Amino acid sequence: MSEAASASDPETTTGTALGRGPAIRVLPRLDGANRFFWTSGAQGVLRFLRCERCRRYVHPPAPLCPYCEDGQGRLEPEAVSGRGRLHSFTVNYQQWIPDDGPYVVGLVTIDEQDDVRLMTNIVDCAAAELEAEMPVEVTFEQHEDVWLPLFRPAGGRAGAAAGEPAGGSR
Amino acid sequence: MTDFLERRAIISGIGQSKIGRRLGRSAVDLTVEAGLAAIADAGLTRDDIDGLATYPGGGMGGEAFAGPTSPEVQDAMRLKLNWHDGGGEGPGQIRAVFAACLAVAAGLARHVLVYRTVTESTAQGSGGRQGIGGAVSGGGRIPRFSGSFQWMLPFGAVSAANWLALVATRRMHEFGLRRDQLAWIALNGRANAARNPIAVYRDPMTLDDYMAVRMVTTPLCLYDCDAPCDGSTAVVVSHADYAPDAPNPACHVNAIGTALRGRPSWDQFDDMTTMAARDAAASMWKRTDLRPADVDTAQLYDGFSIITMVWLEELGFCGKGESGAFVDGGRSIALDGPLALNTSGGQLSAGRLHGFGLLHEACVQLRGQGGERQIPRQPEVAVVANGGGPIAGSMLLTRGAG
Repeated sequence: MSEAASASDPETTTGTALGRGPAIRVLPRLDGANRFFWTSGAQGVLRFLRCERCRRYVHPPAPLCPYCEDGQGRLEPEAVSGRGRLHSFTVNYQQWIPDDGPYVVGLVTIDEQDDVRLMTNIVDCAAAELEAEMPVEVTFEQHEDVWLPLFRPAGGRAGAAAGEPAGGSR
Repeated sequence: MTDFLERRAIISGIGQSKIGRRLGRSAVDLTVEAGLAAIADAGLTRDDIDGLATYPGGGMGGEAFAGPTSPEVQDAMRLKLNWHDGGGEGPGQIRAVFAACLAVAAGLARHVLVYRTVTESTAQGSGGRQGIGGAVSGGGRIPRFSGSFQWMLPFGAVSAANWLALVATRRMHEFGLRRDQLAWIALNGRANAARNPIAVYRDPMTLDDYMAVRMVTTPLCLYDCDAPCDGSTAVVVSHADYAPDAPNPACHVNAIGTALRGRPSWDQFDDMTTMAARDAAASMWKRTDLRPADVDTAQLYDGFSIITMVWLEELGFCGKGESGAFVDGGRSIALDGPLALNTSGGQLSAGRLHGFGLLHEACVQLRGQGGERQIPRQPEVAVVANGGGPIAGSMLLTRGAG
C-alpha cells in the first residue's frame, strides 16, 4: 500500500491505488461458535450456519434457529457458492492506522439468501468500477489462524468498462 | 387518545457546562456545572432533586465517551435519590430522558436530573479521531475481538463513519442522492452556528468548501462528521404538575419513539437506507395526535450528516428517498424556513454533545430564548431525534400542554 496517493483531494479519488484492506488486520477471537466461519477459507469455501429443518441460513452464528418457532431447529455449517452482490461500499481514506492507504469496505449480500450480509473488503477492483449490486465472489486472505473472506468482482472481470456489470448479467 | 404516561412529564430546566475543544476539565466537574445550572433554571435546589439518570455512564466506550456514572454524580452533588438509572442500551442517547419521564409518571421521583457528558476532545489530545479498538499500530500485541465487532474490525470498518458511509452509498444507489444535496445538512448547521456564540465552529462554509474538503470515507467528507468537544448538558425532567411553578416555560413531553424492529446490527438490518430511525419514528407517531405538519423545528441527530437525512424522511417531513431534494438549496430547513433544522449548529458545527445538545436546543427554541438564533415565528412543537444506525429514539416536545 506504499504507493497509495494522498486522498486530500476528492477529485483524485477515482484514480487512487487501493489496498486490499487496512495495513494491520484486527482479528476475531475464535471460539466454539465462530471457529467454523473464520477457518472455513482453509478449504477455500465460505460456510454459514443453516437450519436443518427450515433450511434458512443464520448469521451471525446463533445457538438455535431463530426462525423456527419452537426453538428446536438445529443449525449446522454448510458451504455456499461464495457468490454475492455488493449491497453497498465505501472507500475509506481516514488513516485510522498511521500512514495507511485507502481501501474499500464492502457490504455483500450472499446469493443464497438476500438477508445474509457480510462486511468485507472489495479487492481487485478500481474505485471507479465499484457499483452497488455488482456481482462479487469470495477470495480468502489468511492471517494466523483466521481466513478472512474478501470479495472481488465475479468472473475475474476486474478492469471491465465502467457501466458494464462485471461478470455479466444476473 | 390513550393517556400515554410520558405526557405526565415536562422538561422544567436546562443547563450546560462550558463547551469547547480540549478544555482539560474532568467529566464530573463539567457535569456538576451543567447540573447546577439546570437545577437553578428549573427554580429548584439540589435538595429537590430525587432522581438522576444518564446515558451511558459506566465506562461504556471509554470514559471520555461515557461520562461519569450516576453514583459518581450523586456523590459529587450529595443528592438524596429515590431513583437513579444509567446505561448504554435503549432507544438512543435520550433513553435516559425517556427513563426519567417514566419514573416521574410512576411516582418514583418528582424532579430527575438527566445528563450527558463527553470529554472526547481532551481525550483525543492533538491526535486524530480513533476507530473502535483504539490506536492500532505496528508495535505490541493487537487484541482480538468477539461479539459484533468481529464482523467489522478485521476489514478496517472501525468507525461509525464507515458504517454510515454504507448507508449513504446505498441511498445514492436507490434514491439518486448527491453529495451536493447532502452538503446542505452541514451548510445549514454552519449558518446557524454563526448565530450561536458557544458553537465550536462558526466560520462561514460554502458549497465549494464542502465539495473540496478531504474525504473521510466515501461519500462522507470531513464536514459530514461531527466535531468532538468537551461539555455536559443537563435537563430536569419534572412531573407536569410542576409546570405552573417553573420559572421558565415548561416543555411538555408529548410522545416518545422507542421501537427497534429490524435486526440490531450495522450489517444485518433489513433496510440499510433507514435502519432503526424507521422504527422509532413510526412508534412515536402512534402515541400522538400531532402530525409532521405540526412540527415547527426539528433537532435531528447529526453525528454524521446522512443520519439527519434519514430522520427527515422517517419522521415524515418528506417522502422516502426525497430528503436530497428536500434539503437542496437549504431553504426548507433554514432558521426562517418551514422546518428550522438544528438551529444551534448541530453536532457538525456546535459540537458533539451526543444528542443532548439537540434536546437542549429544542427547549431553548420552545422557550423563545434563542437570542440571535431564535426562530422568527415562535415554535410550538419540536421534535428531537437521537441516534443512527441500529440505535434510535425520538421525542415530541410542545410549548404548553398541547
